Amino acid sequence: MGFLELKNMSRSFGGLRAVDDVSFEVAKHQIKAVIGPNGAGKTTLFNLITGSLVCDSGEARINDVPIQNLPPHRIARRGISRTFQNIKLFSHMTVVENVMVGRHIRSRAGFLPAMLRLPGARREERAIRERSLEILSVMGIAELADQDATSLPFGTQRIVEIARALATEPELLLLDEPAAGLNIYETARVSEMITKIRERGVTVLVIEHDMSLIMNISDEIVVLSSGKKIAEGVPADIQKNEEVIRVYLGEDDA
Amino acid sequence: MAMKKYSPVLALVICVIILQAIASLAGREYYLTQLTMSAYYCLVILGLTVLMGYTGQISLGHAAFFAMGGYTTAVMTTRNLIEMQGSAAVDLAVRLGLTVTEKNAYGVEILHLSPWVSLVTAVCLTAAVAFFIGIPILKLKGHYLAMATLGFGIIIYRIVLGSRIFGEADGISDIPQFALAGGLAVSGDPALRVQNYYIAAVLVVAGVVLLMNLVDSRVGRALRSIHGSEEAANAMGVNVARYKLLVFVLSAVFACIAGVFLTHFNGGVGPSEADVMKSVSYLAIVAVGGMANLWGALVMGILLNYLSLRGYFGSYDEFVFGSILIVIMLFFPNGLLKMENFRWLSDAAARVINSYRARGGEGKDGLS
Amino acid sequence: MSFEQLLQYALSGITNGSIYAIVAIGFNIIYNTTGIINFAQGEFLMLGGMTAISLSSFMPLPLAILAAVVITSFAGALIDFLFIRRLKSPSVLGMVIVTVGLSIVIREIALHIWDEKVRSLPYFTGNEISSINIMGAFISPQVLWVIGVSSVIVVFLGVFFKFTLTGRSMRACASNITAARLCGINARNMVTISFMLSAGIGALAGCVVSPITQTQYDCGTSLAIKGFTVAILGGLGNSTGAVVGGIVIGLLEAFSISVLPLAYKDAVAIAILLIILFVRPSGLLGKKEAAGLKEF
Ligand SMILES: Nc1ncnc2c1ncn2[C@@H]1O[C@H](COP(=O)(O)OP(=O)(O)OP(=O)(O)O)[C@@H](O)[C@H]1O
Ligand SMILES: [Mg+2]
Repeated sequence: MGFLELKNMSRSFGGLRAVDDVSFEVAKHQIKAVIGPNGAGKTTLFNLITGSLVCDSGEARINDVPIQNLPPHRIARRGISRTFQNIKLFSHMTVVENVMVGRHIRSRAGFLPAMLRLPGARREERAIRERSLEILSVMGIAELADQDATSLPFGTQRIVEIARALATEPELLLLDEPAAGLNIYETARVSEMITKIRERGVTVLVIEHDMSLIMNISDEIVVLSSGKKIAEGVPADIQKNEEVIRVYLGEDDA
Repeated sequence: MAMKKYSPVLALVICVIILQAIASLAGREYYLTQLTMSAYYCLVILGLTVLMGYTGQISLGHAAFFAMGGYTTAVMTTRNLIEMQGSAAVDLAVRLGLTVTEKNAYGVEILHLSPWVSLVTAVCLTAAVAFFIGIPILKLKGHYLAMATLGFGIIIYRIVLGSRIFGEADGISDIPQFALAGGLAVSGDPALRVQNYYIAAVLVVAGVVLLMNLVDSRVGRALRSIHGSEEAANAMGVNVARYKLLVFVLSAVFACIAGVFLTHFNGGVGPSEADVMKSVSYLAIVAVGGMANLWGALVMGILLNYLSLRGYFGSYDEFVFGSILIVIMLFFPNGLLKMENFRWLSDAAARVINSYRARGGEGKDGLS
Repeated sequence: MSFEQLLQYALSGITNGSIYAIVAIGFNIIYNTTGIINFAQGEFLMLGGMTAISLSSFMPLPLAILAAVVITSFAGALIDFLFIRRLKSPSVLGMVIVTVGLSIVIREIALHIWDEKVRSLPYFTGNEISSINIMGAFISPQVLWVIGVSSVIVVFLGVFFKFTLTGRSMRACASNITAARLCGINARNMVTISFMLSAGIGALAGCVVSPITQTQYDCGTSLAIKGFTVAILGGLGNSTGAVVGGIVIGLLEAFSISVLPLAYKDAVAIAILLIILFVRPSGLLGKKEAAGLKEF
């Protein structure tokens, strides 16, 4: 039994079936990749898992507990964190502050303790900052802590976003095209980072178009096309799968 | 760290004292009256800054919350309970110390509810209204949110203007003073001018410290993250709907408290306090203060309200606030008090210094 | 309630409703080309009415109205040139703030030109006591003018957007601005035209209602919020919806007077606005997606 189980997940926009009856499982400590041509429904699938979108039908379970159609902030508390394809860092906040927001679910001070700076809140605040700085140095961007997050270069913003997601201490991390728009050095760095994250005990589900990256790091691959799952298996099998090849070649032809 | 953080507060306190000293020494203590009023309006503005500047939720209806505070206390404390003495409820209230007995200007004995009671009632009422109206309103975004809050503001204005109990167009006057503790009282009595100035100042300093702490905390970051990206905030586990609602209620309570105090200070309250134009002027001040900038809002709030109350804008008062909105958004979308707006100043200074150095050093070749 | 009374209320509702519909259509025109809700929309009606009142003292009424419409259109164009064009990458918050500021500035300028006095244009035909008997209900001929002019405006706009090149270009900009640009449409000019058009029909509406509702420097706000209510009810950007919505709001408001104090009349429309926003922000006739998409 998988750690994350998706059963017959579907979601349409008007007449368009963006995700169509998709089922698969992700085992604990796995790196699983979701690939597919543009518009295949990969991001929509992520949005369904994280609760950003409600699904029309189907079931999602984490550790055998159903999570479908819970609000996103509740799902985050179940140990699922994510990054976004079109980076969504918080503007007018520094890098470390962005990561500190990731500590939100691991802390509890409310309005009154915060306004009055009660000792408990102060202690917690210090812990949040220390932990966040620690994550930044693990990611190798400690020196950027006090920079304005949204004015950083693109590649760095992606890393900050991963750092922010990791700050929630997720069991499952969803990465939506973490290497998109990065140069080869940055891509290599991200690839290394993902394996390192898995070594720390985090399960990773990653969407990516960079095939060499995918084939390198992933244990298993799911292929989506026009909302449907057309293949699933280990990288070597997927590379040989005729339907996958057709979908990708067909796309190249267009 | 802590020193650095609170040094603006210290500066504020020193300013407050200096202003009072100057006004008193110059024999112009009447200036303090408008400063006191400005300070109360600043409480509304500070709350709105957190809601709008930091959390990104526009409100065109905050005057309504101010008016709720003002009118609640006005209605509750102007009711003479003398004739009702003997009824169980009134007697109980008297026994519990919830009433005040005094003589009014005509020497008539009156018994009215203590402003403490009305303050608590007003805060609870406003918080409840903000809470229940906030649940549906804050689901809206952008234009819709602006229109909905505007609509809410207009409804409150119409109710105030159209109801006998609120004095219709005349408002409510002859509101008794609000005796705090230790002989302090919120009142428009000229003899109490200085102490009232300090009462208002204490409230503002307390307000700004509380909100400063809030903004720089776990909750504050959650609020700012909502401004940045609701979707990402949600994905990080921030209960966006709840935080928006709570900060809406918080800012409404700030407005309400300001309304209660200013009403006792003025001894009256009128429908203009609920006017949409008031809400817009609060918005203008938050914008000119730099949106997500408590200190900017505070400085601008004191300055503009003071000028407005002293009548410096004459019949162009609303025009001034309207123009501020336009000018700020067109030319200083990041706020007037932001450092980058003064870069030309430092650039100019640097140029002057450089050219001076160049001339003093190697003659004319340094000039360009 | 007798049939005549019912009819009386209904006609007064339809009269106000058709004005609200025109204001709503004014909102829609600008919204469709710019995504801006122009909070100064009501001020166009006030400006039109006031200008026509001033001009009518030394020129014939039709000419005064025509001139007022032209002048207000140019005021609309001026607003676009001076302010809207200067908004760089505007946020929704920024657009709200600028147009709110504009509405106040226009109102205050009007206050200084025309003072606080309540004025009105003369009745177009007859006078305040002349009335027409329609199935037992007595109505002023001006009511027919209002309904007639509103219908003409709706038909004119329908034709304009369907059959003229400019109108079609504006629709192209509304549905996909990038594609419209690629087709060689100057989107900037379309925005200017939409401001002129919106201001112009607002001014005309302001003139025809002036004899009935009278004109004052601050009469714009309540018209604007009701127009917005109607625009929302009909679905933002949807002009057919605006007509239906206008009549619905007009009727509800008219009949509310029979149960509620007059002072709460404005509150009724706004309460309806709030209810619609809460229940179905996309409006009764609007697309569901439109409401959620715009973000700060
Ligand atoms: N909120 C939405 N409303 C309407 N349609 C949507 C929405 N989100 C996605 N879609 C549509 O659903 C389809 C799947 O989109 P999705 O973003 O999931 O694709 P994707 O696989 O992530 O593509 P890419 O590789 O380009 O990121 C697309 O046709 C897209 O236009
Ligand atoms: Mg995608």
